Amino acid sequence: MSARSRELLGLIPVSLLVSAGFAAVLVNRAEQPDATLTYGLVFLGLCVFAHLFIRARLPEADPYLFPLAALLAAFGLVVIYRIDAELAREQAQWFVIGLALFCATVVFLRDHHVLERYRYLIAAAGIALLVMPRLPGIGSQVNGAFLAVKVGPVQFQPAEFAKIAIIVFLASYLRDTGDVLVRGSLKPVSIPRQAVIYAVPLAIVLGLGLLLELGPAVIVLLLVFVVSLVAVLRERPSLKHFGPLLLIWGLAMFMLLVIRDLGSSLMFFGGFLALLYVATARLSLIGVGATMFLGGSIFLANTTGHVQDRIDIWLHPFDKNAPDGAGQITQSLFAQADGGLFGRGLGQSLLELPKQFAPNCTVPFPECGSVLPAPHTDFIYAVIVSDLGLFGAAGVVLCYLLLCARGFKTALVASDGFSKLLAAGLTSVFALQVFVIVGGVTKVIPLTGVTLPFVSYGGSSIVANMVLLALLLIVSDSARRDSERVGQGGLV
Amino acid sequence: MNRQIVQLFGLCLLLFTLLIAGTSWWTVVGNSDLRANEDNRRRLIEQQQVPRGLILARDGTVLAKSEPRGKGLQRTFTRTYPTGPLFSHTVGYSFVSVGQAGLEQSRNDDLTGQQSEFGTLFSELQGRAQEGKDVTTTLDPEAQRIAQQALGGQNGSVVAIEPQTGRVRVMVSIPEFDANEISRTGKIASFNRATQSSYPPGSTFKVVTAAAALDSGKFNPDSVVDGSSPRTISGAPLMNSGGADFGPITLTEALTNSVNTVWAQVGEQIGPGTLLKYMNRFGFNSDPKLDFPDDQMLASGVRNSKGNLVRRDGGFDIGRVSIGQGGEEGQIQVTPLQMALVASAVGNKGKLMRPRLIEKVVDKDGRVTDRIEPEEQEQVISEESAAELAGMMNNVVQEGTGTAAALTGIDVAGKTGTAEVDNATSNQAWFIAFAPVENPKMAIAVTVERTSGQGGTVAAPIAKQVLEALIG
Repeated sequence: MSARSRELLGLIPVSLLVSAGFAAVLVNRAEQPDATLTYGLVFLGLCVFAHLFIRARLPEADPYLFPLAALLAAFGLVVIYRIDAELAREQAQWFVIGLALFCATVVFLRDHHVLERYRYLIAAAGIALLVMPRLPGIGSQVNGAFLAVKVGPVQFQPAEFAKIAIIVFLASYLRDTGDVLVRGSLKPVSIPRQAVIYAVPLAIVLGLGLLLELGPAVIVLLLVFVVSLVAVLRERPSLKHFGPLLLIWGLAMFMLLVIRDLGSSLMFFGGFLALLYVATARLSLIGVGATMFLGGSIFLANTTGHVQDRIDIWLHPFDKNAPDGAGQITQSLFAQADGGLFGRGLGQSLLELPKQFAPNCTVPFPECGSVLPAPHTDFIYAVIVSDLGLFGAAGVVLCYLLLCARGFKTALVASDGFSKLLAAGLTSVFALQVFVIVGGVTKVIPLTGVTLPFVSYGGSSIVANMVLLALLLIVSDSARRDSERVGQGGLV
Repeated sequence: MNRQIVQLFGLCLLLFTLLIAGTSWWTVVGNSDLRANEDNRRRLIEQQQVPRGLILARDGTVLAKSEPRGKGLQRTFTRTYPTGPLFSHTVGYSFVSVGQAGLEQSRNDDLTGQQSEFGTLFSELQGRAQEGKDVTTTLDPEAQRIAQQALGGQNGSVVAIEPQTGRVRVMVSIPEFDANEISRTGKIASFNRATQSSYPPGSTFKVVTAAAALDSGKFNPDSVVDGSSPRTISGAPLMNSGGADFGPITLTEALTNSVNTVWAQVGEQIGPGTLLKYMNRFGFNSDPKLDFPDDQMLASGVRNSKGNLVRRDGGFDIGRVSIGQGGEEGQIQVTPLQMALVASAVGNKGKLMRPRLIEKVVDKDGRVTDRIEPEEQEQVISEESAAELAGMMNNVVQEGTGTAAALTGIDVAGKTGTAEVDNATSNQAWFIAFAPVENPKMAIAVTVERTSGQGGTVAAPIAKQVLEALIG
């Protein structure tokens, strides 16, 4: 069976999910299935159209990526419809726009290697996008973080697009410099000498740490940093190539300080470290980078109240004197506890408050009058757990895992360094985004506001992730064509 | 590069496993804690959308009902309490703003019509909405009102129980509060003295000591003990009330006149182990086995200055505990409910019936889904010992400290108690009783806080009025 036929088959579960999901919500509402079922049909029509488009333009691309993304988007649409029908209509429109951008990306970017030529321009654009929310006039603050840009009636979150730009730049830059950053082979060093190289700086740091009475966490951090740094320096790297890497670290710190968002900062820097590791295979570099990031975060946490509060809330959300905003995470956990193993059924868990409990609402549900804050964006995962239980949520996480597996598979089969790094980087940053928001909602890590890709309500999120998907498919298509060519060559 | 990419996927797998683990933690492992968290109002909000069942008195008087507000999906129900403050301590309340208490809390599942998973599935298939069930209590509005009025605004409590069935017919706690006010003011001032207080029982506790003395076989009603005053008990002199010196007297006379020195010596002779054994049989040292929220009940027993129960043999001043007082190691402290249970057990031939507030639960179709039958909790003392003790207590009302509780034509068995509080500036007055002596229909405990009067002058007349209303 051809890849494309497998893709078409993969859309069957999507159609089943859309029909069953909408039907379930409608049955519970005891409403007439008026125009809403046609939404489902239109959605399926769009998916089939996208499939035909991929068949025509990217015939060799991975057959599972698109159905998995469509499955998640369809699932998101059902859950958003369960929250509010009007929002679902808007989300469907955004899906159409996302699909248009998906097609445009595929049409205009026949060969992704073109991107390498414009890498510094792309990097600059990425940074500009990140800074935009802080610009007066267009920037807007949500929950203490500067994440959105508002121009007239249109609001979007530039970080969603910036993540793609930054990854493209990093993939291109590290393809070039990855070999220069580290040296292929090192002279083995005698054990006593090794002991001196590592032990002396370690002793100095330990002594200094004890002298200055630093906390144990900080000392461990410093020790890991020093060991990693020594390991990096032993390779006598070309220092000038580290400039841009320091810049990335600076950018991450800047994001923490200026954008005040730990989540997207973690996402970017994590993506960067993932790429650095793929490019250099040096854990020492990761050690230096991770400790610098953690150190910087701790420093900022102690100096800026916003980050400190987030961490306090994360550690002690049920405290009577927890900082404002602790209610978000406790409500999220209460909602999940209600879900249990199997959930309470689509649309059946408590979400919208009866009027008497939300008497002061001036804006409509779900902006106000919801038990769970931001049920359609940041906390949509909690709604899923509440409605569909542990099993439903595990299914969603499994979909993300499969999508990531296909993304990494694309990186594996890609023939050149840039393609590998690009696919691995995009997949990493996608996976990290899922981890940051689901981890935040389930209190695995401190909560920060990023969207759940393809599922959360939000134009920027769905459009940016459709572009990300397009890039992955382009890389996949060219990789499989290359390998086919090589395979045929082998036969001859 | 490929090796690193595979490792990266491994990391991704690990992180996602962590997410599933996190979700599992909140949905399965820790979910009952979260559901019980006091900040979690989800269940209460949901229940506002279901009409709660009625709470009824035994004669059908409505004690709590739900009134609809709003329409359609926005319709919610609010609780109102037609009898106002009369039953607020016992019936409790159920509001989103302040949570639940009393029977509203302990019978919440019945009142909301909560069903098992299968039951829910079944009624969903039938297209039935969730409906609350009606709960009929054992409470008697008429007697409750008389008890409330008899207390005349003094802080205190009255508990009346049917000895042969364990039905709680009266449960009054003053000061009262009006549950209807909570929804308006958002304030709660509920402290149910009947089940939560820790009062010194005074001489009413001598009934427990006497039960242990007779049933252990070491004494009989005619045993003679020296009732002179003062006498040295646990190394310190102990006086009789008013310093009266009785000389050698029988236990019957000693109970009739509430002679401290006699009962302290009896306590010393039976020993703390025996006393604790009988206390435990009466239900001391553990929460009453009443269908009421645990956090609104307190165990009676010897409590030290930190408020902890002293349950160790020899851990307290046995002589003084035996007469309802105590020493430095701990004082005997009781709830009116517990003292009513003591009277009830003695009256019912030594057999303690499990106390209960609920008669039956009836669903909307009129089917009785739960009928609570009388249940024996414990044979505390033998039938013979009970009969002997009943005779002694009858003497108290006929010619002793409790004559104010005597009813015309009905034999009453009782015991007074007067415990000095606030450095002997005021009294905790007590009276416990059951009647008729031969075939008891009712047992009662009355207590009044901080009064200048005595158990026989303040509490006994209240008991008389309530007993008249319940038996007469």
